[in-house]
Amino acid sequence: MNWNSASEFFAMGGHALYVWGSFGACAALMIIEPILARKRRSKALTELKREIAARKDYETET
Amino acid sequence: MSNRLVNWFKFASPQTFYPLAGKLIPWFWALTAAFGLAGLYIGFFVAPTDAQQGEGYRIIFIHVPASWMSMFIYLVMAFWAALGLGFNTRLSGMMASALAPTGALMAFLSLWTGALWGKPMWGTWWVWDARLTSELILFFLYLGFIALQSAIDDPRRADKAGAVLALVGVVNIPIIYFSVKWWNTLHQGASVSLTKSPSMAQTMLWGMLLMALAFWMYSIAVSLTRVRAIILERERHAGWVEELGEIRS
Repeated sequence: MNWNSASEFFAMGGHALYVWGSFGACAALMIIEPILARKRRSKALTELKREIAARKDYETET
Repeated sequence: MSNRLVNWFKFASPQTFYPLAGKLIPWFWALTAAFGLAGLYIGFFVAPTDAQQGEGYRIIFIHVPASWMSMFIYLVMAFWAALGLGFNTRLSGMMASALAPTGALMAFLSLWTGALWGKPMWGTWWVWDARLTSELILFFLYLGFIALQSAIDDPRRADKAGAVLALVGVVNIPIIYFSVKWWNTLHQGASVSLTKSPSMAQTMLWGMLLMALAFWMYSIAVSLTRVRAIILERERHAGWVEELGEIRS
């Protein structure tokens, strides 16, 4: 084990800014990207449903 | 044997690939989590403090995997682009478009973590050395690919234009990889290569390889999610899309 306490772990031997700045940015982006990708798919699904519903309405009217 | 070949071609159609991707995505997320947790555990709790760099070197556990993936994703993207250009297969262009944002993210992370590593070790966030500059060009190539494709309304023409850009840009990949050999750079040479045994502690190496696997699985999971969205966007007038469970419900 490298660390004697939690505060020692977070201090990263004086390199806290650099280590946590790296891991933090990485974690943030890797949470945001999948959310955006899923949103894009659900947006495509909603638009598709609306398109299909509109077409069905049009077909029943005519 | 010939049966197998037929099956592979079957999955090349968006109609069969869409549900297959949907089934695979949870598995790739599970692998991402498993490799990632193991890699982080080794990276922070097993791998020893570096004699020269102290704890700052732990950035390596994301810097190297992100850099590897930024180059590897580009090669995969260019492969799909070339396939689409040569054989006019529908899915290929969608795969290339789905990979680009993830590749850009990896290139950005490589540069970002590199800057945060360079500051304490070299005393500067950035230098115009060959390795850093060629990686920055890779980031711009991804952005250029995305911008070019989004500027063209017809998706098939966007695929073609993007493919040409992607293929021309491939020349940058060996430049990045060999830059530390070809030029005198501030960036250190490769610690891990195919030709000689790695010049780092075993546990550090294991941590790095596990994190690389996690990044790889992450890239597959997120780009499969994106390719499903792209398939829906582009195939919306195809009959099979209307038959999907998620549309009918």
